[in-house]
Amino acid sequence: MKKQPTSRKLLRIHKDDNVLIVVNTVQPGDKDLVEDREIVFTQRIAIGHKVAARMIRRGEKLYKCGVPIGSAKEDILAGAHIHLHNLQSDYIETYTLDKDRVYAK
Amino acid sequence: MLSSATKLEGYVRSDGRKGIRNCVVVAYLVECAHHVAREIAESFKGEPVHLIGFGGCYPNAYADRMMNRLCTHPNVGAALLLSLGCESFNRHKLAENIATTGRPVHTIVIQQTGGTKKSIDAGVDWIRQALKETAQVPRAPLKVNELVVGTICGGSDATSGISANPAVGRAFDLLVQEGAAAIFEETGEMIGLGDVMASRAVTPELGHELRLSVDKAAYYYRQMGHASFAPGNAEGGLTTIEEKSIGAYCKSGDSPISGLIKPGDIPRKGGLYLLDVVPDGAPRFGFPNINDNAEIAELIACGSHVILFTTGRGSVVGSAISPVIKVCANPETYDRMRDDMDVNAGKILRLEASVDEVGEEIYQKLLDVASGVQSCSESLGHQEFVLTYKSFEPIGPHCLPA
Repeated sequence: MKKQPTSRKLLRIHKDDNVLIVVNTVQPGDKDLVEDREIVFTQRIAIGHKVAARMIRRGEKLYKCGVPIGSAKEDILAGAHIHLHNLQSDYIETYTLDKDRVYAK
Repeated sequence: MLSSATKLEGYVRSDGRKGIRNCVVVAYLVECAHHVAREIAESFKGEPVHLIGFGGCYPNAYADRMMNRLCTHPNVGAALLLSLGCESFNRHKLAENIATTGRPVHTIVIQQTGGTKKSIDAGVDWIRQALKETAQVPRAPLKVNELVVGTICGGSDATSGISANPAVGRAFDLLVQEGAAAIFEETGEMIGLGDVMASRAVTPELGHELRLSVDKAAYYYRQMGHASFAPGNAEGGLTTIEEKSIGAYCKSGDSPISGLIKPGDIPRKGGLYLLDVVPDGAPRFGFPNINDNAEIAELIACGSHVILFTTGRGSVVGSAISPVIKVCANPETYDRMRDDMDVNAGKILRLEASVDEVGEEIYQKLLDVASGVQSCSESLGHQEFVLTYKSFEPIGPHCLPA
């Protein structure tokens, strides 16, 4: 893993990736460079989570480590948090606990 | 090359394999004998006496094979079998197979021995003697190319796939370079990656088998209605099974894939192997592996001397028989749970170390543990063990190319 020239918060794992990995928790108001453009985060995003490296269109495949990890459920702006709300598996639905601790899709 | 300074010695077994540990296993052959077995094992706290077993009363070829492989594992020096007396498990054949390897073995049938108390006393007496006998097992120099190493991830979060798992991949590359056998597994966590993996096979026919194993896993999990994906994974930032798959997959490193094995198949030469843990045929007994320890037991049944276990959220488990080395992916988890963690791969995320550097650190830790140094989970007394019902067909002719 090479040094990050522009960011101390976001890590690009593979050159073909259109998602970046948060390596230092991001707070609302934090700024960082995404594709050489400054973006301002509007929410807290924890370590290990993903943000869009660029504008992504609905239906487009998302790539991490150079491998597809599913498709965008909606248009995603550069720098936006990518998770269950906007990314779906191309194989099998993801189940998790919702905010009321109920097992849900 | 790295770490030539670490001198390894193994316990010599009759089949030519060598152990890095020399434990006595106490194996219950049905849940009804579990308590007696546990009481016996617990009388030897701090000594190398490990509890394993199979809880089912109905016969199962897979469980039978697993128990045979585990009781004759190179890290095992002797075995005490605990039978209630009326279960289906073929205790006679198991004892016979163990005896054939020259290991001390003894069977206590609780109904014949006169119940709980007498069985515990008889077991404790036997183990006391067995420990004396196993202490006499000859030792000989052990080369890295005689080692079998398994890897698994558990309690994953999105850091697992970007720090610890790629670093284990690097350690796997070093092991394969040195001629060791390295086993990665959990085809259920490689859904979406069949083609990527097939392209690394040493023959096209093996590539086809690898792809089929992932297809089988995808089908099986669809029947179960769940992917291998827990709520904690999503909290940690993983969104889809494919994304989790990449994390599991990159533990395999970059070496060519030399073979596809199933639980109980022991690689006979060095190289990188995929362990197919998803049962064959229609889903019959539920989820392929009910938890991480079920997978660890399968890696050990394939001969693994040591397990490299990557975790982001912070698993604490160890295992009976073979030591488990914890590689912690998440620097925050490492800070919180460092007594349980052998290697801090979170340094990669803090941009304090490269994947290669942590890979070398894992390799060195592995040699230390192989030389007798206890891993964290081992010194904390973790000896979890799980074995459930499954069914497998033997591997096909293309799975282990010459």
